[in-house]
Amino acid sequence: MSEAVTHAEHHTSTGVDNRMLMMWIFLASECLFFGSLISTYLIYQGESLVGPLPGELLNIPITSASTFVLLMSSVTMVLAVYGAQHKEFLMMKLNLLATIILGTIFLGFQVVEFTEFVHHGLLLSTNQFGSSFYLLTGLHGTHVGIGVIYLISLLIGSSRRNGLGKDAGLNLEIAGLYWHFVDIVWIVIFTIIYLIPS
Amino acid sequence: MATATTSMSQSHQKSGVWDWLTTVDHKKIGVLYGVSGFSFLLLGGIEALLIRTQLAVPNGTVLDAELYNQLFTMHALTMIFMAIMPMGASFFNYFIPLMIGARDVAFPRLNALSYWIFLSGALILTSSFIFGGAPDGGWFAYAPLSSEDYAVGRAMDFYTVGLVVLGLSSLMASLNFAVTIINMRAPGMTMMRLPVFMWMTIVVNFLLILSLPVITVALAQLYFDRNFATNFFSPAQGGDPILWQHLFWVFGHPEVYVLILPSMGIISEVLPVFSRKPLFGYAAIVFAGVAIAVLGFAVWSHHMFTTGLDTVPKIVFSASTMAIGVPTGIKIFNWLGTMYGGQIRFTTAMYFSVSFIALFTIGGISGVMHGSPPIDTQQQDTYFIVAHLHYVLFGGAIMGIFAGIYYWFPKMTGRFLNETLGKINFWLMFFGMNLTFFPMHFLGLSGMPRRVYTYDSGFGWDAWNMVATIGSYILAFGILIFLFNFFKTMRQEPTAGNNPWDGATLEWATSSPPPEHDFDVIPEVRDRDPLWYDRDNNIQQPEPPEENHIHLPPPSYMPLIMGFGVALIGIGALSHLAMTGLGVAVVIYSIWGWVLEPID
Repeated sequence: MSEAVTHAEHHTSTGVDNRMLMMWIFLASECLFFGSLISTYLIYQGESLVGPLPGELLNIPITSASTFVLLMSSVTMVLAVYGAQHKEFLMMKLNLLATIILGTIFLGFQVVEFTEFVHHGLLLSTNQFGSSFYLLTGLHGTHVGIGVIYLISLLIGSSRRNGLGKDAGLNLEIAGLYWHFVDIVWIVIFTIIYLIPS
Repeated sequence: MATATTSMSQSHQKSGVWDWLTTVDHKKIGVLYGVSGFSFLLLGGIEALLIRTQLAVPNGTVLDAELYNQLFTMHALTMIFMAIMPMGASFFNYFIPLMIGARDVAFPRLNALSYWIFLSGALILTSSFIFGGAPDGGWFAYAPLSSEDYAVGRAMDFYTVGLVVLGLSSLMASLNFAVTIINMRAPGMTMMRLPVFMWMTIVVNFLLILSLPVITVALAQLYFDRNFATNFFSPAQGGDPILWQHLFWVFGHPEVYVLILPSMGIISEVLPVFSRKPLFGYAAIVFAGVAIAVLGFAVWSHHMFTTGLDTVPKIVFSASTMAIGVPTGIKIFNWLGTMYGGQIRFTTAMYFSVSFIALFTIGGISGVMHGSPPIDTQQQDTYFIVAHLHYVLFGGAIMGIFAGIYYWFPKMTGRFLNETLGKINFWLMFFGMNLTFFPMHFLGLSGMPRRVYTYDSGFGWDAWNMVATIGSYILAFGILIFLFNFFKTMRQEPTAGNNPWDGATLEWATSSPPPEHDFDVIPEVRDRDPLWYDRDNNIQQPEPPEENHIHLPPPSYMPLIMGFGVALIGIGALSHLAMTGLGVAVVIYSIWGWVLEPID
């Protein structure tokens, strides 16, 4: 279902809804944001003067599990958008709830991981790995957290008497764009930090 | 649901303080940006005058080294982020909807929020003067000048926090403007019929959207280095100060085009109107502007030729830098081609526009000179660079902004700025600026370094420094004449009709000043110069209906509250965590208020 149909009453020059267009352009900006953080991580790879080093700390199996959780949340997000666009609101709400839970589990994994690393002596200030790792994954986690709050707001909004109104499909689709983007960024981060040996 | 019922002549005259605080009208927000930007231009000008007074004679004693460092840093930050950018944003705000034939920007409340966050950031950064001293590490804040070892105290934290807040404002505004121009054009207004000013606006906003995140990351890293003991830029623990320079200039060079492209757009509107000819080579000018933006992301390391780059990057960045001269040259020849054979009317706006071409060309040529690494190695950190950048930013950006002020003043207020005073204003600024900045070429070539708070006699620098200082006072006097002209004009009756200059673009199709809803009937665009096309083909403007029911977004105080919340977060980052928490609470409250507020 195209945006023009769901949102026909607000005519735009391109046919794309204003908010949708803004989210796309905003995500372009976010690419540069994470690009700068990832560049910093890559530049400082192997530059730490003292340990602990990534090889001693990174737990690939556990992070693979948390990555799987985040990827599954994209599946439920797609289903939630589908539900909203086809007026199957129960399906939308259940999948929205599932996405929120999966996102929260991912954040839980991150909290456990950070706690573990701190326990092993890796602080923000310990070495270049600590600085660039915490800043990159921390800001990604912040994005997931904002996404979770965003989706909770939509869930609460959809429980009102009028639900999300006639824009339900559009609202979910815009939120979905953001959610999938944050997911894709994580795939890049996971590959670069965990999978490619330094 | 807010319904503004208006007839042709009647517009809502609201001007109370509450109305300004809660407005979501793009024209009022444009005025707010303009007035704030001009105020900061005056502040930055005073900072510059103090610098020039100190340097007038050898071994000057007006300022000490510490204050001098603060002043040259704040002069740059004030002029770039708080004067030129908001004055550009002022024109974007006021004229985007009017030039594309829309009733407002795509997100009116977000637009108001951008302004309030801008004001917060500007006040936070400027308030550093009274809270223990302003940033003194240069606007570029190279490590280790900015590290906690060498910049003790809060000054450089004001820099990081202030710039992040200002950047947030710019990002929001840019997203809003980009969506507005792409999505809210009047029927018939295809992309290749957009006024060139609108094209340059799109280019500027995409430059900001793609470069601001980079500086945001760099500023976050610097803030973490200073406050949480990370080591991004301190070599002792494995950090690399050069990384800051790369991140800074990946933002900083596109930022240069953010400052100059609005003025290029403005004179592309002024020159055709006062030459009574359509713009020569519209497509070439548009694509040259886009090419400048694309190339602008590939030249940043020319600021770093002396940091020990390898030969290959030096060659690449040198070549890309010189390549930018090509689209710039295309624009200059097209402007000349627009005037060639035209019936030129020498109004003040035209004076400023023509001087833009001349002065910007001088700055552009010296720019290509230090695109060459060996020459740059000689000129790095000398007054030659100061001369170059002021020819581009004063001779270019500011002259263009003044062209815009004189050109659009009748539209914004219904009143003409006095032309005689305008020409006095122009000549004083023109002579003053050349007298100030041209001698700096000679000073630089004879080796005078930038950013020294004083110098000894006997290097042959004395005479030119005195000349430059005299020039700066003449320049300042020219600005005073402008202020006098402004206040004098505002006391007069509005006499400008809809289209006093016989302009070609849509903003001249509505009344001066425009009604709150901009257009009684959304215009239909049939040509690149719609008003000239309608005039030449005897197409009458459609009669406005007797009663007009136009839905306008109602005023809202949520942007103001959210702006206040962002300010609290910023202040918290400089003082106490509790303040940040309070700020977050205010922002969350205002987001909920924002979402639940009825808007239509």
